[in-house]
Amino acid sequence: MNWEAVFTSLKLASATTLILLILGLPLASWLAFSKWRWKFLLESVVALPLVLPPTVLGFYVLTAMGPRSPLGHWYAELVGSPLPFSFEGLVVASVLYSLPFAVQPMSSSFAGVDRNLVEVSWTLGVSRLATFFRLILPSARNGVVTGLVLAFAHTLGEFGVVLMVGGNIEGVTRTVSIDIYDRVQELDYAAASRTSLVLLIFSFTVLALVYWLNRNSGLWPSARRR
Amino acid sequence: MNQRGTLQVSISRKFPGAFSLDVAFASEMGPGNVLVVFGPSGSGKTTLLRCLAGLESVDQGVIEFGETVWCHTENRLLVGPQQRNIGYVPQDYALFPHLSVRRNIEYGIPRSIRERERGWVDQLISVLGLEALEQSLPGGISGGQRQRVALARALARRPRLLLLDEPLSALDAPTRASLRVELRRTLRELAVPAVLVTHDWEDTLTLGDQMILLAGGSLLQNGPPLDILTRPESLTVASVVGVETILPGRRVSRERGIAEVHVDGLRLWAADLDFPDDDVFVCIRAENVTLEIGSGTRSSARNHLPGTVLSIVAAGPLVRVTVDVGFKVQALVSRQALEDLDLDIGSQAVVGIKATAIHLVPR
Repeated sequence: MNWEAVFTSLKLASATTLILLILGLPLASWLAFSKWRWKFLLESVVALPLVLPPTVLGFYVLTAMGPRSPLGHWYAELVGSPLPFSFEGLVVASVLYSLPFAVQPMSSSFAGVDRNLVEVSWTLGVSRLATFFRLILPSARNGVVTGLVLAFAHTLGEFGVVLMVGGNIEGVTRTVSIDIYDRVQELDYAAASRTSLVLLIFSFTVLALVYWLNRNSGLWPSARRR
Repeated sequence: MNQRGTLQVSISRKFPGAFSLDVAFASEMGPGNVLVVFGPSGSGKTTLLRCLAGLESVDQGVIEFGETVWCHTENRLLVGPQQRNIGYVPQDYALFPHLSVRRNIEYGIPRSIRERERGWVDQLISVLGLEALEQSLPGGISGGQRQRVALARALARRPRLLLLDEPLSALDAPTRASLRVELRRTLRELAVPAVLVTHDWEDTLTLGDQMILLAGGSLLQNGPPLDILTRPESLTVASVVGVETILPGRRVSRERGIAEVHVDGLRLWAADLDFPDDDVFVCIRAENVTLEIGSGTRSSARNHLPGTVLSIVAAGPLVRVTVDVGFKVQALVSRQALEDLDLDIGSQAVVGIKATAIHLVPR
């Protein structure tokens, strides 16, 4: 077992999840409550990583980060090293790649909060921001936790984007899934099988946790209890 | 705390589709006074209440309460629901499910003054009899208790005006009757003026000091509830109000406050009203109609009309009897009375109506 790769993966997933918590809450609440007529366009952008091949996403992120793009140039000037093939670059790519997994459950649970409750809170003199933290967030707790858990697990298992943006640098950007790929290339099936089993068990545990959290609201309409 | 003021409303709001709300009125709101907004479903009464709360926008118009302007579209002024200092109780009470009863009640009190307001919250809890439930979650308490918690929560910020949307409609009949009286007592005791939306006549009579009647988004009549109940200004008001028997008739003579009216060839005596037109609608509410047997009974009722019982329908503890006396008239009587008279479908009966219980509306 390559513990260094496991550690890199966990570090990447934690950083990604933390950033998605901070970015995801305002974005998800905007998506849930905005009445803007072009909102569906932004919804589609957020959902893109669900259907786009990771290599395509990785390619664009790589190009955008590269020293020839204004963004990449600006970052390199500021920090002193370029984003691609660094851990920070990997975090940026992972945040984009896991965005729908965090934002969609959050957003739908925010939208599910009874509108009457929100309005009563306003009439009681509580501002919109305070209403979000005192009423909407506690009511939508399960959706937020689900989003974060899914984002964490999804980041842990990503492969294509990591390979495109991070490369395969031992201790920096070599994650578990890339390590498994390397083992198979080396025909070391025993090691690949051990790491794969760990990922499988972990993924199953995470999903079981998510479904347990949502056992009364139901992620799938057909599974909803009456 | 100034709780006296005039509520002045003159607003219009169009909705996609055909419905539009167009209402103008002014109502003096003294301490503990209740203005009832009465109307059938779809009349726009909840929308009006939401406009007062600042939860619904207005296309055009002005809303003022006392010295404060809440909304003035020409001056582009709109005060948000947070700044109106109101207590709003929506129809389903909307208690916060994740907070205890006490936390629900304290929700609108800013943290900085929560300690100072402790005594006031305790007083509210005891006035509304919620002591035993302070730590319960809203999911585990009865409908009547929820109503009280919602009321306490709305009152906790010491609002200038309470806005109640059908506060009793979610309750079963016995709870409803007792809470109706209790609600009146609470509002008087705490001396907060209130606007109350309802489609129930008993609510209106028990709770209302003034009422406005809405139908189809416009205001039909404005005044004390009893006046509107007994003296509807138009046929629409009479039918919205739920007067069971409304008949076209002709006034043929007027003497000493009593009018003689002919309906379908029958002669009726009715309380006269001063309007020039002699073509009238005769309005008779079923609870003012008595049933007699034979014609020998002595009674103060001026009208005695023999007829045949057409139908008998249960109406809660009472019975609604339709009698054909030449026209159809409904009587609301107790089950016991019906049994004592031994009435059945097809029986002969005499309908008795006091002249003062027959209300004339110009046609």
